[in-house]
Amino acid sequence: MSAPAAHLFQSQPNAARRSERATFWLFRAATYLVLACGLGVFGTIFFKGAGTVFKAEAPFINTTFFTDAPESLYVFEFEGKKYEMGDREFRAFKKKHPAAATVKSESYVYSAGGIFPCIVGTVLLVVGSMTIALVLGVCAAIYLNEYARDGLFIRFVRLAILNLAGVPSIVFGLFGFGMFVIYFGWNVSLIAGWFTLAFMVLPVVITASEESLKAVPKGFREGSLALGATKWQTIRQNVVPYALPGILTSSILGIARVAGETAPIMFTAAYVVRDKLPWDVDKAGDFFFQGVMALPYHIYVVSSKIPQNDYTERVQYGTAFVFLLVVAFIAASSIILRNKLRSRYKW
Amino acid sequence: MVIADPMLMDTPSSAPAKSSAYKPAVRLSPASVPLAAAPGAAAAPIGETLVDISHLDFFYNTSQALHDINLKIEAKNVTAFIGPSGCGKSTLLRCLNRMNDLIDGTRVARGTIKIHGVDIYQPDVDVIELRKRVGMVFQKSNPFPKSIYENITFGLRLQGMNDPAKLDEIVEKSLRGAALWDEVKDRLGASGMGLSGGQQQRLCIARAIAVEPEVILMDEPCSALDPVATAKVEELIQELRSRFTIIIVTHNMQQAARCSDKTAFFYLGKLIEFADTRDIFTKPANAQTEAYVSGRFG
Repeated sequence: MSAPAAHLFQSQPNAARRSERATFWLFRAATYLVLACGLGVFGTIFFKGAGTVFKAEAPFINTTFFTDAPESLYVFEFEGKKYEMGDREFRAFKKKHPAAATVKSESYVYSAGGIFPCIVGTVLLVVGSMTIALVLGVCAAIYLNEYARDGLFIRFVRLAILNLAGVPSIVFGLFGFGMFVIYFGWNVSLIAGWFTLAFMVLPVVITASEESLKAVPKGFREGSLALGATKWQTIRQNVVPYALPGILTSSILGIARVAGETAPIMFTAAYVVRDKLPWDVDKAGDFFFQGVMALPYHIYVVSSKIPQNDYTERVQYGTAFVFLLVVAFIAASSIILRNKLRSRYKW
Repeated sequence: MVIADPMLMDTPSSAPAKSSAYKPAVRLSPASVPLAAAPGAAAAPIGETLVDISHLDFFYNTSQALHDINLKIEAKNVTAFIGPSGCGKSTLLRCLNRMNDLIDGTRVARGTIKIHGVDIYQPDVDVIELRKRVGMVFQKSNPFPKSIYENITFGLRLQGMNDPAKLDEIVEKSLRGAALWDEVKDRLGASGMGLSGGQQQRLCIARAIAVEPEVILMDEPCSALDPVATAKVEELIQELRSRFTIIIVTHNMQQAARCSDKTAFFYLGKLIEFADTRDIFTKPANAQTEAYVSGRFG
């Protein structure tokens, strides 16, 4: 029996109040759990990768990791001291100290040097595939939202887009391999990777572009048409510019996906190792038909295709850390671009 | 493309050379000249029938929105469409510049709408040309989220006008024409969306008159405005009536009484009565009209 109420509105413990509190804490705990997972993932990568990416002395950033290609790491003892050296450094060392020529060393592949070719490859893959996806996706979205009349065919198209979104990325990889690499004869190349990745994010881009186009008030279209604009003039000048920030927002999600997927590029664009950089080509046309190294594939290679040890772990986490930085950088630039556009057309 | 510009003649301050360059466009004769071919705005004399609607039946899919409408709208007059919601007055207005084409499933089942004697629903009509001559101001003000200047020049640029001096001139004239110039002359580069509701609506009017239409359709232009802004727009309508044929849809009977010459009362998709505004409000011929204007229903 509860105490008698002191006044009319005295709060009393009851079932509703208890369940209210319980629900509140349930939701709150769920949110905190998500936060903890995120922190756990990022924290691990940060702390384990920081040792590779940063260093104790100035300029505090391990520049070779950003600017060099992967090399084998040599670990050896010489005159009582323990050394860890990359391939080239080791050879120079042996030249300088002839006595070291016969020293017994252990070698670990890809554990020295840097990941510059992977960074370049990933940036190229993202830029190329997002360009293709945006052009195709925005055109398709404009057609679906502005021109097409709702009917059986359009419903079928939408269903196809939805289904495309549900296809596992490895299937896109196989599709790209069969279609672009073999049938079109593009071999393992940037362009094959671009199209494979572009097709993978197309559903995201189309759906989001359509939503952004839908969000543009009808009044702008009517106002434009009532002034004697054609449909395309209206769309080009008074619909798409206003929808662009929204389209870019969604493509930011696409960027993270494109940059991160390993499966679609492992058959179509990615090399385990390549000593030439992408712009190191004889003719400009060859640029599109060369394979590249890519960050996610490099992580895959160093984490599963070579013998694991402490030295490879450094590269794994270092690469993962840089990978996050690269994605963050590309996403941040599109956010800045979007905000610029958004402030230009405020409504 | 020459923009025939009656406003040039109204403002003595503008260059006389330009005024003399203004040629009144050839009056359209229905048989020989298609609507699209006429340059600029033809000047229909005051009181002459400009828009001739006869036996118009209009459908949204299977539901009939307009029943046998017969209406002759005179040039250089303000015609008000009044009636309760859903009576078809906005639908009829949007028929006049074929904005209903944008809605799937709409069709004119019978009858004609002639402007200058040309049936605007005949197959070879260029809707773009029609809309250049029949401008529209919407219920919800819809300036483009661009600068005030770009809002006004949008229609002109569509017509291929790119001469900056000429554009500047028309922007000023249109804004003056819409009684907005003094309020915005120092911030033509600012977004049109940054203006107040009443200013936005006047910007939309300025945008519409910049392309020199003959007819301006106004679909409840004041329904979202406060009384002060409404008064300004009504004042503006009075100023524009000498140059344009204005058709205004309104829910506000006082507004119709204040600013129109002729009033058409619609009820359930039918035109009940069309007469001089004074007569509609003082001695309506029809009992339903009388009941509506006296506030007994609707």
